[in-house]
Amino acid sequence: MFRGLLSLIAYVPLLGALLILFFPKNAKKGIAWFATAVAGVDFLLSLPLFFQWDTSLAGFDPTTLERHSWIPSIGAQYIFGVDGISMLFVLLTTLLGVVAMLSSWTAITDRVKEYYIFLLLLQTGMLGTFMSLDFFLFYVFWEVMLVPMYFLIGIWGGSNKLYAAIKFFLYTLFGSVLMLLGILAVYFYYGSKTGVSTFDYTQLVTLGADPAFLALSKWVFWAFFIGFAIKVPMFPFHTWLPDAHTEAPTAGSVILAGVLLKMGTYGFVRFNLPMLPEASRIYAPYILGLAVVGIVYGALVAMVQRDWKKLVAYSSVSHLGFCMLGVFALNVNGLNGGILQMLNHGLSTGALFLIVGIVYERRHTRLISEFGGLSKQMPVFATMFLIVTMSSIGLPVLNGFIGEFTILAGAFQIPHDVALHPFGMSVGGRFWAVCGVTGIVLGAAYMLWLYQRTMFGPLDNPENQKLKDCTAREVLYLAPLVACCFWIGLYPKPFFDILDKPVAHLVEQLGPASRGYAELRK
Amino acid sequence: MSGSLWLIPILPVIGFLINGLLGSRMPKKAVSFIACGVVAVAFVLSGLAVIELAGMPAGQRYMENRLATWVPPVDAGGGAKGLAVDWLFTLDPLSAVMILIVTGVGLLIHIYSVGYMWEEPGYWRYFTYLNLFMAMMLTLVLGGSFAVMFVGWEGVGLCSYLLIGYFYWKPDCADAGRKAFITNRIGDLAFVIGTLTLFSYFGTLEFRPILHAVTTGQGPQWVLTVVALCLFGGACGKSAQIPLYVWLPDAMAGPTPVSALIHAATMVTAGVYMVCRLAPLYLAAPAALTVMACVGAATALFAATIGLAQDDIKKVLAYSTVSQLGYMFLAAGVGAFSGAIFHLTTHAFFKALLFLGSGAVIHALHHEQDMMKMGGLRKQLPTTYKVFLCGWVAIAGVPLTSGFFSKDEILWKAFQWSPVIWAVGAITAVLTAFYMTRLMGLTFWGKSRMDHHTEQHVHEVGPAMKWPLVILAGLALVGGFLSVPASLWHMPFTLEAWLEPVFNPATYAALGGTTGGAMGGDAAELAGHAEEAGSAAEYGLMLLMSLLAVLTMWFGFNLYDKTPEKAAAFKKRFAGVYNVLKNKYWVDEIYDALVIQNFYRLSRAAHWFDVSVVDGAVHLVRNLTVGFSYLSVFWDTWVVDGLVNLAGRTVRAGSGGLRKLQTGLLQSYASAMVFGLFVLICFYMYVS
Amino acid sequence: MIPTSHILVFSLALFTIGLIGVLTRRNAIIVMMGIELMLNSANINFIAFSQKLGDLAGQVFSIFTIVVAAGEVAVGLAIIISLYRNKDSINVDDMNIMKG
Repeated sequence: MFRGLLSLIAYVPLLGALLILFFPKNAKKGIAWFATAVAGVDFLLSLPLFFQWDTSLAGFDPTTLERHSWIPSIGAQYIFGVDGISMLFVLLTTLLGVVAMLSSWTAITDRVKEYYIFLLLLQTGMLGTFMSLDFFLFYVFWEVMLVPMYFLIGIWGGSNKLYAAIKFFLYTLFGSVLMLLGILAVYFYYGSKTGVSTFDYTQLVTLGADPAFLALSKWVFWAFFIGFAIKVPMFPFHTWLPDAHTEAPTAGSVILAGVLLKMGTYGFVRFNLPMLPEASRIYAPYILGLAVVGIVYGALVAMVQRDWKKLVAYSSVSHLGFCMLGVFALNVNGLNGGILQMLNHGLSTGALFLIVGIVYERRHTRLISEFGGLSKQMPVFATMFLIVTMSSIGLPVLNGFIGEFTILAGAFQIPHDVALHPFGMSVGGRFWAVCGVTGIVLGAAYMLWLYQRTMFGPLDNPENQKLKDCTAREVLYLAPLVACCFWIGLYPKPFFDILDKPVAHLVEQLGPASRGYAELRK
Repeated sequence: MSGSLWLIPILPVIGFLINGLLGSRMPKKAVSFIACGVVAVAFVLSGLAVIELAGMPAGQRYMENRLATWVPPVDAGGGAKGLAVDWLFTLDPLSAVMILIVTGVGLLIHIYSVGYMWEEPGYWRYFTYLNLFMAMMLTLVLGGSFAVMFVGWEGVGLCSYLLIGYFYWKPDCADAGRKAFITNRIGDLAFVIGTLTLFSYFGTLEFRPILHAVTTGQGPQWVLTVVALCLFGGACGKSAQIPLYVWLPDAMAGPTPVSALIHAATMVTAGVYMVCRLAPLYLAAPAALTVMACVGAATALFAATIGLAQDDIKKVLAYSTVSQLGYMFLAAGVGAFSGAIFHLTTHAFFKALLFLGSGAVIHALHHEQDMMKMGGLRKQLPTTYKVFLCGWVAIAGVPLTSGFFSKDEILWKAFQWSPVIWAVGAITAVLTAFYMTRLMGLTFWGKSRMDHHTEQHVHEVGPAMKWPLVILAGLALVGGFLSVPASLWHMPFTLEAWLEPVFNPATYAALGGTTGGAMGGDAAELAGHAEEAGSAAEYGLMLLMSLLAVLTMWFGFNLYDKTPEKAAAFKKRFAGVYNVLKNKYWVDEIYDALVIQNFYRLSRAAHWFDVSVVDGAVHLVRNLTVGFSYLSVFWDTWVVDGLVNLAGRTVRAGSGGLRKLQTGLLQSYASAMVFGLFVLICFYMYVS
Repeated sequence: MIPTSHILVFSLALFTIGLIGVLTRRNAIIVMMGIELMLNSANINFIAFSQKLGDLAGQVFSIFTIVVAAGEVAVGLAIIISLYRNKDSINVDDMNIMKG
């Protein structure tokens, strides 16, 4: 690993997008190949981050940390750096990038050139967001991400694409504007306190230990909360998600579910917890309440969806509720599980969207009632779908279980005084955990119901009797995801090792907020 | 051997992988060879491991194999405990019994399946699932912690789902599979809550440290009770107890060997196994034990009554299984953990036998399962009839058969605990004898009710199906001698003594301190206890139960073989009761109306809420924004832009007048110039 | 010797004729001729005062004016010709494209 590696990883897709500009418009195959190759190179470049990672690092990896002066007049710098947490998301992004490119080869036939350019730009935006350690830079990348996604949904989407694209764009923009307010509040507070105007995350985060910051931090918390909660999305800010997911092209849904949603949870882990520890502790009961509502509510709504993709979209609401439950348990188990579950969700829900994409490409419908008995016609597909379903409902030896179980272990350690008091009752502690556990029953109910309606039963629709099983390319892009599901399920040690020190550091930064918190009550 | 315990569950995994990846391209013989081979090797390894275990001193029979880290321990700091899970496999007398049953009965059923499934589509798929099941079941029983056990626990659930839904193109099978999985998951909900509560108090998921903590009095009483109840909830799901038993009868939609292996001999007993594994915890939570005894007794009686009126041969056996599982929980609930395991063992023998026998009948009659269309098969299927007889006498509890000994042990313990529970058990035993006799009568005795075509093609089983039946029949007859009551005969080996250290809290309390000495004493004490109990009451009960069983069977035999018309009349006379039983007390319908429909209603309400309220709020914001935009358009057009336009118009009107001066004609300009000159001259002349 | 006042009266008459011609006639050539008349009346003034004051500069100026007038006529006629080519007319009333 060397200094500049992060920038290289972040800008290779951008460079690829610029080069695609020189391709003739009709060289569709060439463009697809080239874009996939660029994503592949990017993925290979990011691999050393994972395999040569120094697990004893609690903070940002000094060998790759880049720091350049950018806009000195306002104190904005160009800082790229990763710690164990963001490194995993960088990996997830590059992996899903390749998968998304591969999945688009035959699905996209119209305006191919623009399509791949947007996908590559999106890639740069996402990688930059995970790597930025300067709030200004972070905000720039955060917004850069929106634009290509908007076009991906708006141009290559389904029947109601414009509605979905605009809803997605405006909703997210609304959140990020509030986030910007929060960023500026922190910036000016720090500026007036120390006389140094800077957007540098590593310096601003020290405000977490400043008791005088508490009053302001409560406001900043909610500003960030809105920004990130919309992205997660948490109940009740989730309604852009089913529309955007459903209308986006397959690759768009994969990236949206796999990476974009993680921005929200990542934001909470990166900014809210260490910078606003007291506020996080004070408001944890509300967030936990929303997370639990999200788990149950998302699952219930998923149960009655008629549209395959919409069902998966609502399942994301439920799964992300799990992640938030883990993160705001504010203890080691919860955070470990929450972060791991974000990866798991990226892998398994990404795979679920790919699976919907495979049949959508063949049948051009997503209505569940159109299908049935596909197992007979598409055995390989059915096997893949089964594995991914099981991963999604948290079956042991697959990744979902590790994440959910660790989260719940953390949730059971939430002390009883972390409670809400509706109608004079005290609702807290293990209550959150017990409510969260119901998610595993509901998850099984809607996923198996989906599986049964599509894969089992008689193959009586003549349209389905001609369906072809997965092609080699489709197996190729599903296989790495499925393999990762098994890897995390059977041997999650490398991931936990990477997370161990950063999470311990995070809990330390939560400081007094977490100390009374993590303790067990007898 | 302790370092290679993991080989036992991993062997079927190898079979699963080979058959799963290559099975579709391999000949059926190769598939069968691999599938049965790995199980056979696993059986041999299990045997070796158990022999080694038996060689250890009585109180120290324990092996563990910590294979690898699964979830690594994390540094939580500040007194919090990080989740840490190892792939830990342990072997103690209890899991020894279980692995022998699982691999032994499993092997027989694998061999039987070769014959039974030969003609079915997707032969390789069947064995793939079956091998996966073996792996998961072995993981379940060998797992040394809740987490590893949960792997097996969920894994067998998955296999059960896949195998029930084996004929996935039939909607009934797919429904039954899903019902099984989700009902089990409801139990798992309780199981996970219990497990994690234990974790949050004791900071570990491994059985021995937890049991050590429990037996040394750590952890508040109410927590132990709640945990014990939660875990029992999990067991209710897996082992089909009230209120979660409903999935098991439906699970009969799967192939019959699957019913024998999963839904009779092994998987459904996992709940009993788990409860017995945690015996010290339950002993520390007497309230939970009471609940368990009552639920077990209720289930035993309830299911047995339903079994009286079923016409589907597999349904009778399914309700019988539910009932017998209730018996096991009854046993565990009254503290007779070894009785529960003993009954689990004998039940595995005779119920597997009965299921496989019924499979042979169904196979012979071309997938006819309705007993009303059988009858008189005694002559056409002599081998099947003989093995079925063995199963019948065993389950009914004829003296000296396996069922007699295990039931007797349970009933004697129940009697000591509470005569009411004993009475329920005794009634259940009589009902069991009766419905099994009815099954025999309708199937094998009396006159044939088959249609002509079926009757012509009835065929006896082949060797692959025959030998497993014969072996199981032998076990069903003599299996009871594993644990003969000391009051009858002093055997050098009894299951009760073998299992005693596992259930004895002292074993775990001594962990970490000095081990060994204390246990020997306790075992000896227990043996003495058993001897002293050999009183007149015990003999009396034994005799009473034997008599009841034999009389019931005699009555049933006469009724169904000699005078079937009486049976029909009997049915008519009690049509009301018969109807209730025939329809299984309408429990499925009640659940559907009360739970499932309301759940769907709730889901639909949530969906409505999402679309109209949550999204409605978003749309409201949009509409307000758009409305406000219209307002500002109005303001902008008429007020802001109006002012600008006003200025423009004024200028325009002014310039309209002025432009008239610009005629564009040279001469008018010249005239104006001259005129101007004239004026200037006049001005100068006038001024100066 | 003709008194200067006579010459000035003559020059005034000539200028007036030229001015009236420029202002009243519609034919561009006649307008040009009127301008020439006005220029020449100015020349006469130069000559008259040159004679009276005994300074030759006035005569030099008048010759200079004649040269300039010749150039002006050349340019003016060229303009008229090109106007005629474009509009088929040399009537100054037709040339009102500068009308506001």
